[in-house]
Amino acid sequence: MSAPTLPAKPRQSAPPARKHQLTPRDGSLTRTVKRHLSAHGFLIGAVLCFSFFSWYPMVREFLLAFQKTKDGRTTWAGWSNLTYVFNDPAFWQAWRNTLLFTALALLLGFAVPFLIAVLLNEFRHGQGYLRMLVYLPVMLPPVASVLLFKYFYDPGYGLFNRILGVFGIPEQQWLQSTDTAMLSVVIAATWMNMGGATLIYLASLQGVPGELYEAAELDGAGLWRKIWHVTIPQTRLILSLMFLMQIIATMQVFTEPFLLTNGAGPEGSTTTVVYLIYQYAFNFNNYGGAAALGLVLLVLLAAFSAVYVRLSRASDD
Amino acid sequence: MRSTSVKVVVTAFALASLAACGTSSSDDDGGGTGAGSKADISAPLDPKTKVSLTIDCMPPKAKAAERRQWNEDVKAFNKKYPNVTIDGKSTAGQCEEPARFTAALKAKSQPDVFYTYFTDLQQVLDNNCAEDITPYVTKKTVPALDSIDPNVLAALKKDSKLYGLPTSNYTMGLLINRKLFKQAGLDPDKPPTTWAEVRTAAKKIAGLGNGISGYGEYSAENTGGWHFTATMYGLGGDVVTPDGKKAAFNDATGKQVAKQLHDMRWKDNSMGKTQLLKWGDLQKQIASDKLGMFLAAPDDVTYMVQQLGADYANFGMGPIPGGKATLFGGNDYMIKKGSSPDKIKAAIAWLNFKTLTPAKGQFDWPRTKEDKLPVGLPQPNFFTGTVKTDDLQSRTDNATMPVRNFEPFMANPVRGKAEPPKAQEVYKVLDNVMSGVLTNKNADVDKLLSSAEQQVNQVLANQ
Repeated sequence: MSAPTLPAKPRQSAPPARKHQLTPRDGSLTRTVKRHLSAHGFLIGAVLCFSFFSWYPMVREFLLAFQKTKDGRTTWAGWSNLTYVFNDPAFWQAWRNTLLFTALALLLGFAVPFLIAVLLNEFRHGQGYLRMLVYLPVMLPPVASVLLFKYFYDPGYGLFNRILGVFGIPEQQWLQSTDTAMLSVVIAATWMNMGGATLIYLASLQGVPGELYEAAELDGAGLWRKIWHVTIPQTRLILSLMFLMQIIATMQVFTEPFLLTNGAGPEGSTTTVVYLIYQYAFNFNNYGGAAALGLVLLVLLAAFSAVYVRLSRASDD
Repeated sequence: MRSTSVKVVVTAFALASLAACGTSSSDDDGGGTGAGSKADISAPLDPKTKVSLTIDCMPPKAKAAERRQWNEDVKAFNKKYPNVTIDGKSTAGQCEEPARFTAALKAKSQPDVFYTYFTDLQQVLDNNCAEDITPYVTKKTVPALDSIDPNVLAALKKDSKLYGLPTSNYTMGLLINRKLFKQAGLDPDKPPTTWAEVRTAAKKIAGLGNGISGYGEYSAENTGGWHFTATMYGLGGDVVTPDGKKAAFNDATGKQVAKQLHDMRWKDNSMGKTQLLKWGDLQKQIASDKLGMFLAAPDDVTYMVQQLGADYANFGMGPIPGGKATLFGGNDYMIKKGSSPDKIKAAIAWLNFKTLTPAKGQFDWPRTKEDKLPVGLPQPNFFTGTVKTDDLQSRTDNATMPVRNFEPFMANPVRGKAEPPKAQEVYKVLDNVMSGVLTNKNADVDKLLSSAEQQVNQVLANQ
């Protein structure tokens, strides 16, 4: 039985563009205000909440970076908070750790999702299922993922050492050694976050025209040559954007080292800059130091963000 | 009509957002009304005065017995002060979590009567958050005042001004698992008193196998530095110089502390493979019979029994190894800066009733026994003289646990020593020494100590 044929609906034309109505050209100010009351209502709520919870804290943070509070008196401290932060041996250690995390996260967190996306893109069947599998870790609450890895890494009864034991490899200290702590954090972070990046790469790969691959194949190109000469040039902009976004995100890393190694790790080997900010503010009651360090991080990230914005514009064009 | 309603709702929402974003939850009206307002500040509160108080650390509903006691005490207090409204605030976890507490101080959003650790005084004063209660705390308002240990009150003073009233105190000792001691052929009634004995006992307990550690230590979230300090005190050392301006742990005693832990971890293998432990981790191990000993305060036992399902009879305590001095600390209540005199008086009246009256409130041991809560632990123990003797007698008479398990700790009291200035920052630095020796077989003790010394000197220079 065939479905009944419905009369075709007349195609609706696009609504006419609304005239600019913000000025009381066609009525009194009161009428205009009334007309936009609900819009302004929504706007006021949002603007006020942003003001109090985002913009005010930012301004306050900037001021705090140049203030000191002692015995209930807040005074201007000039550059002394910044001097304190730069002279703190933990500052340089935190930056070394953060840069190490960023480098490792770029090596693993940038390359692995891209390679997985390339492989997924090659599959003709079951791609939706595989995509879901890759994305699944992102859907787990971060704390649950981290705790899972904490058990995996445990030197006494952890899964990883058990697996190594099967192959006769001696047990590793994972999070408890200055040599491997940061790498272990990066592995966990990569696993937790790669789903999102993989999907972005995959979407980008699927926009690469198939005939380019066919032409490459006709020229006798293998998988690696196809990746090198077709995939990478065609996805260059997305790769650049993701690279910068990854730098910006990894330099603010906090959750993974905080939960996996209680923030500091063995001999402070996983103390990151953002954890140091947290520590200044909430462990040491040194808000000035926290704000000053936040400012240093802000300046650096702003530079990266500027590059990101430029690249985004280029990508839009 | 409908559109007007929507506009009204949206506008109301916007105004509500404005209100929610812009108003403070604190409603410090300045306190009370009544005859007491203009009275002598050293006199007790006039019962006719109308005051309302918000107070930290009311037991949560999950702690049913403690909550019931709180409500009973409020009722009894209101018989004398019917016009004082006690509005208790409870939190699910610890009464004070440092990060939340720090944020509350900065926002001045703490309750009228707020709970702090002894080590918080400088932080509270830096944020201008506590009232000087010196003139209010007298023999008339706190009758047991002269019986409170002066060392405890000294921890709550700055420049001779009193800023808090104690609720509990602790000194540290060596907590042992009696079952494992017996299994390892050790006498649980004679816990080790020197580090050599600790090391020998730890080796024997670890020899039981099955993932059991002989001795446990913290090395994360500032607790490593805290225990390093306690161990130093036990051996007669110190972490900062007497004037509080320089680090003092990079010496023979500091090296001994670091070296002996390194040897216990890596040579004796008596400390377990999992390190970077923090408060709560060792309690779980000892409560599940996987750990023989660690440095602790007696109230850890309460946590292990109430939260982890352990049995009081399985634990005992001895004095801190070395026995030269032991770290002491505790908890107290302070009163929010800007409170009216009546509010301060009402707060002191409540604190006196609930936490500072022998045989009442928290010291009502027959009631605590009836409610099946722990009785018999050696602390809190901040009274002196006959008040102390009577209180200890009442605890023994109403004990709900084998008090004699704590006899070695009680019979060998060690001088309590306060925590260093900038305690949390110093502890954080010393965490690195602890994590270094416990996680690195090839740790360079001299380098760890000298690097920590440099950092602590910097912390102390920035006071």
